[in-house]
Amino acid sequence: MIRRRTRVAAEPVMTGPAPIVAAPIVAASGIHKHFGALHVLKGVDLAVAERELVFVIGPSGSGKSTLLRCCNRLETPSSGRIIVDGIDLLDRHTDINAVRRRIGMVFQQFNLYPHMTARGNVTLALRKVLGKGRAEADEIADAALARVGLAEKANAYPLELSGGQQQRVAIARAIALEPRVMLFDEPTSALDPELVGGVLAVMRSLREAGMTMVVVSHEMGFARAAADRVVFMDHGLVVEEGPPAQIFGAPEQERTRAFLRQLDH
Amino acid sequence: MDEFIATFFNVEVIRAASPILLQGLWMTLLLVLVAVPLGIAGGVLLAVLSVFRHPAVRWPLIAWVDFFRAFPPLVLLVFIYAGLPFAGIEIGAFGCVAIGFFLNTSSYYGEILRAGIESIPRGQVEAARSTGLSAAQTMTWVVLPQAVRNVLPDLVSNTLEVVKLTSIASVVALPELLFQARQAQSVTYNPSPIVAAAIIYFLLLWPFVRLLSRLEHKAVARR
Ligand SMILES: Nc1ncnc2c1ncn2[C@@H]1O[C@H](COP(=O)(O)OP(=O)(O)O)[C@@H](O)[C@H]1O
Ligand SMILES: [Mg+2]
Repeated sequence: MIRRRTRVAAEPVMTGPAPIVAAPIVAASGIHKHFGALHVLKGVDLAVAERELVFVIGPSGSGKSTLLRCCNRLETPSSGRIIVDGIDLLDRHTDINAVRRRIGMVFQQFNLYPHMTARGNVTLALRKVLGKGRAEADEIADAALARVGLAEKANAYPLELSGGQQQRVAIARAIALEPRVMLFDEPTSALDPELVGGVLAVMRSLREAGMTMVVVSHEMGFARAAADRVVFMDHGLVVEEGPPAQIFGAPEQERTRAFLRQLDH
Repeated sequence: MDEFIATFFNVEVIRAASPILLQGLWMTLLLVLVAVPLGIAGGVLLAVLSVFRHPAVRWPLIAWVDFFRAFPPLVLLVFIYAGLPFAGIEIGAFGCVAIGFFLNTSSYYGEILRAGIESIPRGQVEAARSTGLSAAQTMTWVVLPQAVRNVLPDLVSNTLEVVKLTSIASVVALPELLFQARQAQSVTYNPSPIVAAAIIYFLLLWPFVRLLSRLEHKAVARR
């Protein structure tokens, strides 16, 4: 199989994570987050290279969602630095709305707007944020819906769609803005098992199209098949990271082993 | 029986009074047309402000809303009407009524809309913000349309109360329907104009009562 990540024509002798050639798309360093007395992130570093798919795993409550939400400032870190696509997210002068449209986010609960059709969900930001006219926005939305396999559902309301279809609309809503990176927070956890495959297929096609992605998920099969790197978090810290073969095949840390063992049951 | 009809449904009297009753009706409608939009606009403002959790916004807002909901509207109106001239402000009966209604009804509309806003799941707001929509755009396009729909029966019901409440303007001599009916009654020594006014109020409000009833049925069916 051809390694998709190879950007340099040179010999693919890499075994570990590919060397980061350009500046990373996401560069979070020393992230701390407190919720009142609760210390949720305790100095996390995360760098995501262009076209890389980073998978974040870890027990519930370990801070995965919080880390992801810091990457588009839905949560503001207590301290640390986050650079996304060259822009300092925590700089007071940063126009956060301008940065956010370059960072797609997909949520566990889909979070579609129930009073709008699938197309309406996708066009809202195209029109209000990017200032596109109705016709152009509709065109872009229909193309995005086609990419997630829902071209014929453009006029359906969220309540008329299955969970899997809703999540694909949510993905279309994000990719229509042509983000530089996509953040997925347990995108399949709320789905009935038979609907998971469709969403993962869409994610795989995005990845094949070269999208940079950070995915928090328990779909270990998907991680094995598609991830470039797996990050294991526990208690607000990155415990271990490496290519999937290493993390799943020969984890170095006892905590990682314990977590994976308990997943098998 | 004839005497009863001559007393309460005296056609002659009602015919004679009808021009001033009609004037009263127009004044009442004008009052509604001013008070309801003002109240809703103020209510939207109060509800949107309530999204800010900052204590400097939150506590004054709670105090404001509580005060005007607890203060009897009739007392408020008399207070404004009697008090403003002492403050050197002359705005006439209609202006006083408009201010009084704005203060009172916007607090009620505000509380209704706030409940509507709070009924919208936080996740939708986060999704909207994650696509780059500003807080104001998210409120305008995502939250408010759904919030209004969720509390529509309450909004209609409150509007009904506002329309009924316009009759208190008669105490500051604003020539609305009730005031005019009482004028006619005192001139003719016959209560028929009051009866006519009551019938007009009923005919005016009844369609909204029906609408409300249907909305409430739908709201129950949606659950
Ligand atoms: N808004 C919040 N306020 C208070 N505590 C929070 C908030 N969000 C998350 N937490 C807490 O932070 C910890 C980490 O949560 P989270 O990042 O959601 O973990 P994970 O996604 O790994 O399950 C949990 O203990 C959670 O209860
Ligand atoms: Mg989580």
